Amino acid sequence: MFRPTRLGAAALLGAAALTTLTACGAAPDGEATGGKVKANASASAADFGGMKALVAAAEKEGKLNVIALPPDWANYGELIKAFEAKYKIKVSSENPDASSADEIAAVKARKGQKRAPDVMDLGIAFARSGAAEGLFAPYKVESWSRIPDAQKDADGRWYNDYGGYVSIGCDAKRIKNCPQTFADLLKPEYKGKVALNGNPTKSGSAFGGVYAAALANKGTFADIQPGIDFFAELKKSGNFIPVESTPATVEKGETPISIDWDYLNAGYADQFRGKGVDWKVSVPGDGVYAQYYSQAINKEAPNPAAARLWMEFLYSAEGQNLWLKGYARPVLLPVMTTDGTADKGSVAKLPKVEGTPAFPSSAELDKAKAALAENWDKALS
Amino acid sequence: MPVPSPSPSGPAGGTRRRRPGPRTWLAALPLLVFTGLCFGLPVGALLYGAVTGTDRATGATALTGEHLQRSLQGPYLGSLVGSVQLSALTAVIGSVAGVLIAQAIVTSRRTWLRSAALTASGVLANFGGVPLAFAFIATAGISGVVTQLADLGSLGWNLYSFTGLAVVYLYFLTPLMVLVIIPALDGLRPQWREAAQNTGATGWQFWRMVGLPVLAPSLLGGFVLLFGSAFAAHATAAALVGGSVPLVTLKIADALSGNVLVGQENVALALSLDMIVIAGLVMAVYLPLQRRSARWLR
Repeated sequence: MFRPTRLGAAALLGAAALTTLTACGAAPDGEATGGKVKANASASAADFGGMKALVAAAEKEGKLNVIALPPDWANYGELIKAFEAKYKIKVSSENPDASSADEIAAVKARKGQKRAPDVMDLGIAFARSGAAEGLFAPYKVESWSRIPDAQKDADGRWYNDYGGYVSIGCDAKRIKNCPQTFADLLKPEYKGKVALNGNPTKSGSAFGGVYAAALANKGTFADIQPGIDFFAELKKSGNFIPVESTPATVEKGETPISIDWDYLNAGYADQFRGKGVDWKVSVPGDGVYAQYYSQAINKEAPNPAAARLWMEFLYSAEGQNLWLKGYARPVLLPVMTTDGTADKGSVAKLPKVEGTPAFPSSAELDKAKAALAENWDKALS
Repeated sequence: MPVPSPSPSGPAGGTRRRRPGPRTWLAALPLLVFTGLCFGLPVGALLYGAVTGTDRATGATALTGEHLQRSLQGPYLGSLVGSVQLSALTAVIGSVAGVLIAQAIVTSRRTWLRSAALTASGVLANFGGVPLAFAFIATAGISGVVTQLADLGSLGWNLYSFTGLAVVYLYFLTPLMVLVIIPALDGLRPQWREAAQNTGATGWQFWRMVGLPVLAPSLLGGFVLLFGSAFAAHATAAALVGGSVPLVTLKIADALSGNVLVGQENVALALSLDMIVIAGLVMAVYLPLQRRSARWLR
């Protein structure tokens, strides 16, 4: 009997069976391009013989497989439409709600198949581990030199694309005084009101929330424990509700205060304006934490030229501005603000942040995650 | 009683069984292939992943007990214990409540009540996952309709806790028990009760000495089914309590398809293996008992 509660398990089993069964449909080798090298070995547009040749090669393939790009996340819906409109390439979007682990699994399981994802949008830890496993093709987009060194792999196997700050979203119709800082969240007036976007051992944004809370409570990038303690205290006081905040719980008013990325919270504000929810977003000053996602190209991409053109598109002023329109902060935003190519209207609408973001190192991130996996359950139950 | 066959050969006890034809197994072949592909293959992959590890740098795979060991430590062990506790508690409550409701339905003379209750049970027993979680959030969550009307919050009610999760699970487990136990209750012959009464037994004595022993295998079977359903449930719990009630299915999901922890896939497989072992242990208690007394309910 299959009931929805078991669907997850059934899907896993089914997926395991399918991956074993569908070892057919080999992808064509990257065809020779106008330039010197094959498309799947090219490391820049120059290898094709310039952007024009890259566009031609990509349009000849005519297809691009993407995975894990929710249309309502950081404006991906519009990005895909704009790409399809600009080039003669059909984007087939698979499993928009997949996680980074799912993306890596799809790349591994469909090696050499036409349906394998061409490009990936990954959490930073997965970008690093995937590069270490040799899953990604090195490729440097034309604006490569403008990406800060700390936000890219020296070999070009992955580079950060867009990100945002941990923010506190708040339904001003239900909450009289919206909290501005993590310290505020402990006030008794927020009893049964504070939620995270998911479980921090699974969801990247919830993990960011705990990290930011750690920074707000004398923690460091290497020491996330104060953040775990903060949520334990929040739970003890009855303020924290463990339900995963989603657009549905926000609209219903069940999660009137939600800790989430600022671009998602700002997006909710737009989405719910006409529905009786006055969603306010603030980036807490005591725990400023920003995190970026990364782009990577599948080493064995079935549409190697289209994959590279997609990257060029994302890191062009047009692509970056589309992310910006979705309230995400594209990686080139600082230089684009300087040279005036950033869309000023979109910049003005971003939630206000004081100070510049710092990023944890790989080792610090691993340490924090290990501590979280070990101690989160204990603290919260 | 088996009807003795006119066949002159063979002992009486074996007459019910037909002599197997030369190729009867062929008929079972599709089933065997299906089971092998859809059940055996994933279990094999699971087993393989649980006991092997692949080095990320070299790509070499080697046998290791590390994943199984990790799956039985710290938070992973806690989630296994939490799942067993929740499943056992909800299965016990669900079984008792289900039997009482089923008995009320069976003894009622109204046929419309019976069909209505059975239909409702069939629907509710299959109502689960995120829709169920959201239904409960909307009615009994912190700003839920019922919570507000009855002021449950001041009574200490909290949907997002172990208790809350148990109540949600009972919502689909109890109807499931009703469905599986009604045929068994129907099988209790009225003549047995009359016979007991004629020999001077009280109602309690009838249940203690006749009714419950005869029903025992079905009750146990129902309990095992409920335990399994609760043990394997994932989506409802994920939407409702996130990580704050440790459950093994949530841990598997975290490790297998998360955005935070890297390289935990094999631990997830080891956890799945632990789940299979626990389910196997529960079945191991149930099967011999079931064989012992199932003959009464023919």
